Amino acid sequence: MHVPDGFINAPVSVAAGVTAAGAVAVSLRGARRELGGSAVALVGAERTAPLAGLVAAFIFAVQMLNFPVAAGTSGHLLGGALAAILVGPYTGVLCIAVVLLMQGILFADGGLTALGVNITVMGVVTVVVAYALFRGLVKVLPRTRRSITVASFVAALASVPAAAGAFTLIYAIGGTTNVPVGKVLTAMVGVHVLIGIGEAVITMLTVGAVVAVRPDLVYGARGLTTPLKLRVGGELVDAEPAATAPVAARSPKKLWATGLVTALALAGVASFYASASPDGLEKVAADQGIDRHVAEHAAAGSPLADYGVKDVSDARISGGLAGVIGVGATVVAGSGVFYAVRRRRTDEPASAPVRETV
Amino acid sequence: MASGHTHKLYRHGHSPVHALPAHCKLVAVFCFVLVVVSTPREAAWAFGLYAALLAAVAAVARIPAGFLLRRLLIEIPFVAFALLMPFVVPGEQVSVLGISMSVPGLWGAWNILAKGTLGVAASVILASTTELRSLLLGLQRLKLPPMLVQIASFMIRYGDVITDEMRRMSIARRSRGFEARGVRHWGVLAKSAGALFIRSYERGERVHLAMVSRGYEGTMPVIDQVTASRAQWSYAVALPLTALAVCLLGWTL
Repeated sequence: MHVPDGFINAPVSVAAGVTAAGAVAVSLRGARRELGGSAVALVGAERTAPLAGLVAAFIFAVQMLNFPVAAGTSGHLLGGALAAILVGPYTGVLCIAVVLLMQGILFADGGLTALGVNITVMGVVTVVVAYALFRGLVKVLPRTRRSITVASFVAALASVPAAAGAFTLIYAIGGTTNVPVGKVLTAMVGVHVLIGIGEAVITMLTVGAVVAVRPDLVYGARGLTTPLKLRVGGELVDAEPAATAPVAARSPKKLWATGLVTALALAGVASFYASASPDGLEKVAADQGIDRHVAEHAAAGSPLADYGVKDVSDARISGGLAGVIGVGATVVAGSGVFYAVRRRRTDEPASAPVRETV
Repeated sequence: MASGHTHKLYRHGHSPVHALPAHCKLVAVFCFVLVVVSTPREAAWAFGLYAALLAAVAAVARIPAGFLLRRLLIEIPFVAFALLMPFVVPGEQVSVLGISMSVPGLWGAWNILAKGTLGVAASVILASTTELRSLLLGLQRLKLPPMLVQIASFMIRYGDVITDEMRRMSIARRSRGFEARGVRHWGVLAKSAGALFIRSYERGERVHLAMVSRGYEGTMPVIDQVTASRAQWSYAVALPLTALAVCLLGWTL
């Protein structure tokens, strides 16, 4: 996964280096806040170096932990998503960047000129994608321990192919070899979806293990603690809230509504103006004659085939309509699954005595 | 603490290359790799000259060829990728030993192999002639943020400790009859990883408290100020300047 020297040309490497340097500078500032601890805000600056250093050493060590897959093959963790969830996005970027820097200088793993590319792809993209997804899911899902593990699974699953996509983008701009971009994309994303599944399972299990023992250490699970209750005269009374109450999270309903409206607007309106030419991969396939033998998709006869509504003649309106219907169907299916899961979870405690281990 | 902290990749010696200040060497290696990357791939002789330059530096630093070559093995995954290229890149085909390969693919493979190998070799020479601590100080002298250098030095210092902790956990697992054979055992391994994280984080908190109680305020005092003389700079810059001359020749010829 480490990009060597000479893979990406010099100007793009420099540009990626500048991007990475900016991201690291921002992370240095943000990490101070994340590692500052909850009670005393003043000690942030001096806590950063030891804690981030030890977390970087942990990432470095855990990358050497082999997970056997089958018959002699084994994989290891990349750690971007794990770092983001356990210690927060800024510290995560910082730790991965330091690990990559040391691997480049000491172990010659990944080229020195490709350091910017490596940090951007494996550090920044992975952590940002993973953390954004994780936060979004934690906001939407019910506030339980299991939704933390589910969210970390999804976040890690998406982060690896996202990094592969980012690499392909950089390659498309500044690659020194002329493998067609479409081929690189399919190969990279295809392989990394598989890697992502492994990464997701391991990340989920690891986060689950930490949450079970020290939930206070998991940055992504902050604010998950239930309010303290006091038993006064036989009945439960809310305890006095702590002095530094966490900032109230925005209502997930509002977030949902905004997201839904945006998605509908994008799908319905933007696809009016979207280019009607085939996308890159389809184009490469067409140019190379790969798609000559491709059978028509099984759903080609369905009313929404090829993103257009069948009996509407105007191409643009048809495309927009198909977009809106698509978003609606996705939302309905998604919420159906979500509510089914939630109902099962609320039923569970009543039907079976669940042993909670802390 | 100072003597025990030489990393395994460092090779002790007293050559002129060892004696150069770390930041000069870092600048030289970085510029050299940058020059190598921007050389046109058609100038095959230029890469031969670069390799000769690196061999000369290695000879001056008295690094045995076997040591250098063994450390180059880290590159193998990309060699595999490069060997695949002649078969996946479209373009005019040429027949080598009865196997048809594409010409642009062969050029691409050569490009990655040559530049990648030279880059790895340069980093290996740097790492085996520079002590870790001076390497980190060199990074600091090159205006890398001090906080980043501190994090890196903590990572290097405790990397072995954490790795050893992981090894002890593995021994503990195995002595209880556990053997990881497949996906079914991931849960156990992941729990170990989680425990390792908790131990690392708590160790970080203890290290921080220990340092604060000894007067740490967020910055590390630099005790040994290493400055480079003009002569040392000119020694260090000789490598990238020669490489630059070769590169310019490569573009014009």
